[in-house]
Amino acid sequence: MTTTADRPDTAEVGQSRLRKEDRRLLTGRTRWTDNLELPGMVHLALVRSPVANATITGIDTTEAAAAPGVVGVWTGEDLPEQGAMPIAWTVSDNLKVPSLMPLAVGTVKHVGDVVAVVAATSKDAADDAAGMVDVSYDELLVVMDPIAALEADSPLVHPELGTNVCATWGMDSVALGTGGDVEEAIRAAEADPDQVVIRRTLRQNRITPAFVEPRSIVVDPTAEQVTMWSATQVPHILRILLAMTQPVDEHELRVIAPDVGGGFGGKLQATREEALVLLIALRLQLPVKYTETRMESMQSAHHARDQVQRLTLAARKDGTITAFDVDLVADMGAYLGILTAGIPLLGGFMFNGIYKIPAYRFFCTDVFTNKVMTDAYRGAGKPEATFGIERMMDELAVELGLDPIEVRRRNWINPDEFPYATVAGLTYDSGNYDQATDRALELFDYDGLRAEQARRRESNDPVQLGIGVCTFVELSGLAPSRVLGSLNYGSGGWEHASIRMLPTGKVEVAAGTTPHGQGHATAFAQLVSDELGIPFEDITLISGDTATVPRGMDTYGSRSLVVGGMAIVGAARRVVEKARPLAAHLLEADPNDLEYDRGTFTVRGTDTSKTIPEIALAMWLAHDLPDGMEACLDSESTFDPENFSYPTGTHLAAVEVDTETGKVTLRDYVCVQDVGVLVNPMIVDGQVHGGLTQGIGQAMYEEIRYSEDGQLTSGSLADYLVPHAPDVPRYRTDTTVTHATTNTLGVKAVGETGTTAAPPAIVNGVLDALRPLGVTDITMPTTPLKVWSAIQAARSEKGGAS
Amino acid sequence: MVSIRLTVDNVERTAEVEPRTLLVHALREQLGKVGTVVGCDTSNCGACTVLLDGESVKSCSVLAVQADGSTVDTVQGLAQPDGTLHPIQQAFHEHHGLQCGYCTPGMLMRAVCLLSENPTPTEEEVRHGMEGNMCRCTGYQGIVDAVMAASQAMSDSYGANQSSIAEPAGVAS
Repeated sequence: MTTTADRPDTAEVGQSRLRKEDRRLLTGRTRWTDNLELPGMVHLALVRSPVANATITGIDTTEAAAAPGVVGVWTGEDLPEQGAMPIAWTVSDNLKVPSLMPLAVGTVKHVGDVVAVVAATSKDAADDAAGMVDVSYDELLVVMDPIAALEADSPLVHPELGTNVCATWGMDSVALGTGGDVEEAIRAAEADPDQVVIRRTLRQNRITPAFVEPRSIVVDPTAEQVTMWSATQVPHILRILLAMTQPVDEHELRVIAPDVGGGFGGKLQATREEALVLLIALRLQLPVKYTETRMESMQSAHHARDQVQRLTLAARKDGTITAFDVDLVADMGAYLGILTAGIPLLGGFMFNGIYKIPAYRFFCTDVFTNKVMTDAYRGAGKPEATFGIERMMDELAVELGLDPIEVRRRNWINPDEFPYATVAGLTYDSGNYDQATDRALELFDYDGLRAEQARRRESNDPVQLGIGVCTFVELSGLAPSRVLGSLNYGSGGWEHASIRMLPTGKVEVAAGTTPHGQGHATAFAQLVSDELGIPFEDITLISGDTATVPRGMDTYGSRSLVVGGMAIVGAARRVVEKARPLAAHLLEADPNDLEYDRGTFTVRGTDTSKTIPEIALAMWLAHDLPDGMEACLDSESTFDPENFSYPTGTHLAAVEVDTETGKVTLRDYVCVQDVGVLVNPMIVDGQVHGGLTQGIGQAMYEEIRYSEDGQLTSGSLADYLVPHAPDVPRYRTDTTVTHATTNTLGVKAVGETGTTAAPPAIVNGVLDALRPLGVTDITMPTTPLKVWSAIQAARSEKGGAS
Repeated sequence: MVSIRLTVDNVERTAEVEPRTLLVHALREQLGKVGTVVGCDTSNCGACTVLLDGESVKSCSVLAVQADGSTVDTVQGLAQPDGTLHPIQQAFHEHHGLQCGYCTPGMLMRAVCLLSENPTPTEEEVRHGMEGNMCRCTGYQGIVDAVMAASQAMSDSYGANQSSIAEPAGVAS
């Protein structure tokens, strides 16, 4: 295993290289999908449902079809060639899959459902005509709450399915062979005066990824392959799924993700908009563009989270956990996206957190409602799980009168216990929770803040101080293909890369993961530079195009470095192995007598050597190759991880709560993370800062809200409050390093840590401030109104009781 | 259609626009200035921010006809003609003030205006001064650091050669 200690000071890995990507982005020399203009291109506008559940009784397109510039108007009935949108994860045998067509046929199931499409010679003309399409609806009763959807007399989102239950899925430590029977353990705890049993129902708010670039699609059917540009995270997956469901074959379709303005899981989807642009382009045999408005994005791009968590934790009075039982109800929305039904399951592997839990059970009920579908968003099931266990750890600390750090310390896996087989069936390869926590406590001045908290409580300060704790581990680096197979996931989890050695000594890295802000071009160049001795500046990245990078599994689940990066390293090492016999030939030496170090082959014991660029040129010339050698140094590699990646860390939040107004202010936020060996510390910091801000957004500001009749009432960025610069503090971060043992660089994932750890840290902090007032729970987001109302309710309860 | 004349990134341009056309759409669709982007439809995100006669505006909140006769500076005119980055651009690069880059054009133009109004802002003034611009990637820390660093760099260069710090380098007369 390579370690930082082995690495020379001149190594690229470990340096905060400024990003290769920046110059284009800073000067406006960008290629966002919506920038593309093609000759003869027509523009689409979509007619979306204004009601949440209805039968379509008529669609009159006459006026729209006759409007200036209109090329065509189609309803679902007019597009018999459209295929049902795909799902990629058949989570269980009892999974119910509702039909989702690119254009609705006969019924609509949520506000924003797509009813008709207009094509016109300009965007304005298409928008104007879309407003002339007259749709008649016969409205039906809606169900918006996932618990209400389970009641016997609930309206059914899809009557033909006969139930609102989409799927159920469970796991427990008896079946896994990893622990005891959870029901038995809880019964025993209830009968044991030396144990406590804590039951809580927690709510995960519905949120949305809110990437800044709205989704946009251009399809050009005029080349040999139909070419689709899409603001997507997953060009390779999208190509396969569209070919499997729409009237185009895989070899006839090329998908390009050009510059993509953020994704966070929100662009990990095969969307009906993508299918529609393809279908209309094929119909018209003209280039077609569609770019959503922000309001369309809010009512059609998938949402996330939205769970009810019924949790039961049993523990001895010394704080050691004896059982944990998780019963989830997860809101799917009205339809299934590619991973919708499986997202909550990912949490099943993470509800045990960093703790040693002897008996565990996880059961999830996926439920349909008349809302937008949920699907992956930064963390995808794991933030929900971390919230559940970390809120419960604080509840346990309060119940037992222990410090929340201490109760965690008594349960977490010790440094000498790795690799550790968890009760949820995973093996954590490495970690040191003491080290990260101790460093965080020191940075935070934990004891000093506790003293200040005591003083403020003592003096009845109207502004109370709360300290929020979260210690976490994250399942990242999706994914070992065999594990995905065991979960009925519809693809492998490998990643592919190739290295193209150019005769001038420069290098193209073609990577199957595709970036949208993560700094791949920079970090991957650092990896390759160390392997091949090629200067950082001489390496470029090619990605996001199924024609130039034929194999790839794309970007999600914090996989770009720990899976994709390993494929790149593997390909680079194959270049070296291909170069060795030619180097030996040119140096007139035995291949076994060559030493290789960062781009240079040297005959052992001499100063005669050949560099990789010299060998690349010799290979290209092919004038003097050993007999039988193919004149190509290019190499490729497919990497399938043996295990997931487990970044960990400790987050501490200092929150001030104004008890008179309910306003929560995040005063300080410290996080110390162990993400293994750092390739580029600056990029790691950026990933942490961004993830934290999204996690803080979920905890304090963001919520997708629907009215009882199914109207989306937070359907714009004026109503859906993404944090802006004054809403977040300056973060104080540090890293500790334990080496991942599952890859040659010792690296772990980082992208999803902030969204995972921040929500429980914030909410634990708010409750820590308010528990003396009798407040025991506040659902996210912790808005002033909710906090103030909780304080009032607690006060009146106290007043009533006294 | 209405004919308008604008000076965009130092070049005089004309465009035929509908009375309802927003400045950002005129820039993108008629004048080829696709470096300026659209992120929302409620003027909350600030991705479309440009300078209109030296003041930052959200170009989705200005009708193209309102800009008739004005000077518009976009991200594409911010660097020097020889490619030298404006101190704001350089600072965003050095302080990791961008990830996906979609909010960056608006962030840069707002920062230019902020520093022209307040050349030496405190961190709090930067956070409030940039409040109208949304970034989903960076958590703002790199952006705030970049604006503070640019303030320092521009003050230093002002002290050194007494040149104007308010004007973007690319439009310096």
